[in-house]
Amino acid sequence: MEKQLRKKLENKEILLMTHIVLGYPSLDVNREVIEQMVSNGVDCIEMQIPFSEPMADGPVILKANQEALAGGTKVDDCFTFAAEIIQQHDIPFLFMTYYNIIFKYGEEAFFKRAADIGMKGFIIPDLPPEMGESFLALADKYKIAPVLIFTPTSTDTRMEELASHGRGFIYCAARRGVTGSKSEFGDDFKEYLGRCRAATNLPLAVGFGIRSKEDIDVLKGKADMAVIGSRTIQLVESEGAEAVGPFIARLR
Amino acid sequence: MDANGFFGSWGGAYIPEVLYQTFQDLKLEYARCRKDPAFWEEYIHLMSTYSCRPTPLTHAENLSNHFGGAQIYIKREDLNHTGAHKANNVMGQGLLVKRMGKKRVIAETGAGQHGMATATMAAKFGLDCTIYMGEEDVLRQRPNVFWMEKMGATVIPVKDGSRTLKDAINQAFRDWVTNVDDTHYVFGTACGPAPFPEMVSWFQSIIGIEAVDQIIQAHGKMPKKIYACVGGGSNAMGIFKRFLEEDVELVGVEAGGHGANSGAHAIRLASSDATPGVAQGYKTMFLQDEDGQMKHTHSVAAGLDYVGVSPILTDLWEKKLVRFESATDEEVMQALDLTMKKEGIIPALESAHAFAGAFREVGKLSVDDAIIINQSGRGDKDIFTIAHAFEDPSWEKFIIDRGKEYSKKHSG
Ligand SMILES: Cc1ncc(COP(=O)(O)O)c(C=O)c1O
Repeated sequence: MEKQLRKKLENKEILLMTHIVLGYPSLDVNREVIEQMVSNGVDCIEMQIPFSEPMADGPVILKANQEALAGGTKVDDCFTFAAEIIQQHDIPFLFMTYYNIIFKYGEEAFFKRAADIGMKGFIIPDLPPEMGESFLALADKYKIAPVLIFTPTSTDTRMEELASHGRGFIYCAARRGVTGSKSEFGDDFKEYLGRCRAATNLPLAVGFGIRSKEDIDVLKGKADMAVIGSRTIQLVESEGAEAVGPFIARLR
Repeated sequence: MDANGFFGSWGGAYIPEVLYQTFQDLKLEYARCRKDPAFWEEYIHLMSTYSCRPTPLTHAENLSNHFGGAQIYIKREDLNHTGAHKANNVMGQGLLVKRMGKKRVIAETGAGQHGMATATMAAKFGLDCTIYMGEEDVLRQRPNVFWMEKMGATVIPVKDGSRTLKDAINQAFRDWVTNVDDTHYVFGTACGPAPFPEMVSWFQSIIGIEAVDQIIQAHGKMPKKIYACVGGGSNAMGIFKRFLEEDVELVGVEAGGHGANSGAHAIRLASSDATPGVAQGYKTMFLQDEDGQMKHTHSVAAGLDYVGVSPILTDLWEKKLVRFESATDEEVMQALDLTMKKEGIIPALESAHAFAGAFREVGKLSVDDAIIINQSGRGDKDIFTIAHAFEDPSWEKFIIDRGKEYSKKHSG
């Protein structure tokens, strides 16, 4: 996946990754939203398999998880849907979910099925490398990138440790806290991104609270990819799937 | 506990990366405290001057005669300050917070006892305090909400998921990852990411350390069995820990709710409904569906209404060192009624599960033997739930009259 992203970076100043919660508001709407995202130049999409206890997510994504489950979304549906989407669109897709979904499915079975459908990476916010020995080994075996997370509280040593296990890219959380609310991109943030850059050669994606062209402009030249999460979910809620394309098109 | 926080194959620390450094700091400070005898002395001093330690061991003669079996002893954690064993853990963590120099504490609470104890500690130590409580529990434990607020804590009702304990824990974690620099999360039970299960059990182990001397003094020998209710498992670990070294049968009683086959219960270990999983920062047996989504649980006792259980207890269960039973809501109400009538003691609904479990078996033991029931808390907090369950006419009239008085005031 790293190679794919690097290639895209050759003719783009910054890449865009978006986030959708599978089954919210429905897989049909997900399909339409993804279509809008890809045709407007999104470079990479993380598809969240809903979980009942999304501890690292803020109110918007939390609600999306709950509604997706209330609507009957199963892990199996997520795989079937992802297989279809990956066939249709020529950009890398990742699964984002919590570790229990993988653990309960059976680690190896989960990796195998994901590899079979062409999934490129996993983002698991509650699985630090210390807890993920078998997970990391399977990621290697099935060539699925385990994307690890840097945060402003990570020390330089910790960043190096994480970078040694991470593949594909590093997800840099722009601030403390959960997904959703706005981030400030002041001097502290620049210093933090500098530390991230120094700790790894992997591409850097920055997420948490990125919602506008202005936010993305700040990241240009400092990060390789901007992550839009809660904002497009809110947009679909308030203006419908068709609003996503124009929104994405205006971001760069 | 091994270096990664596991007990056998259970436990661990499945935490978001943003908390990594905080956990490093916490583990370091905890390890220092464990090595420093002065820390435990300070803890004992605090608990004997601010709370009511040592709590008594009461010989329940009337209940013993009623069942005609072993002598029933009750370890009186209800006589702690704030009315439950929760104070043992909270005060210990409070001393830790002072050493770490944090200015704010947060906590989840089910029955409200842990929230209440945390609000008390925060008031005493001059810390800001926010308590997360499932909306359903706010309603059923209203008296505790009132007192927490009066002591200066902010109580935030959690409206997500099943609106009970697990959802309050998620919300507390969301607060913690946001305010990690100045905030400590006072985890309320022997669950969650390492080092919490072990640390909470360590503070609670004071229960068993006292009980061992008390039972020898009163009864001249070790008891045959010890009963404790199991929500997350902290009061159970507290009384069991010391007795693991002795030849005593340890029995954990889980919430049977409407019955083991009803789907409306919180029986993790005494039924085959739970399966291994990872959530809320640790690995244990969870009540979850085939996809790994947590199920709704039910118990008349808010403090037992939880999907997971201490990884230490799961390990002990697997090694057959602790036996698990369950008691239904109905059995619990009967046990509560009997205990009040025979002994003039009002156990919390949570604790009444331990009584119900013990009452079922005590008649089979000899009068020369003894058992200990851990009374984790007092029932005053449950007055609305208990009065409701008993359909008490004079209480209902009181509420109606008070309601009328308030509505007159607010419409006038
Ligand atoms: C009185 C009382 N007993 C028991 C419990 C259950 O917790 P644990 O299993 O951690 O002792 C609670 C929890 O709120 C409680 O308030």
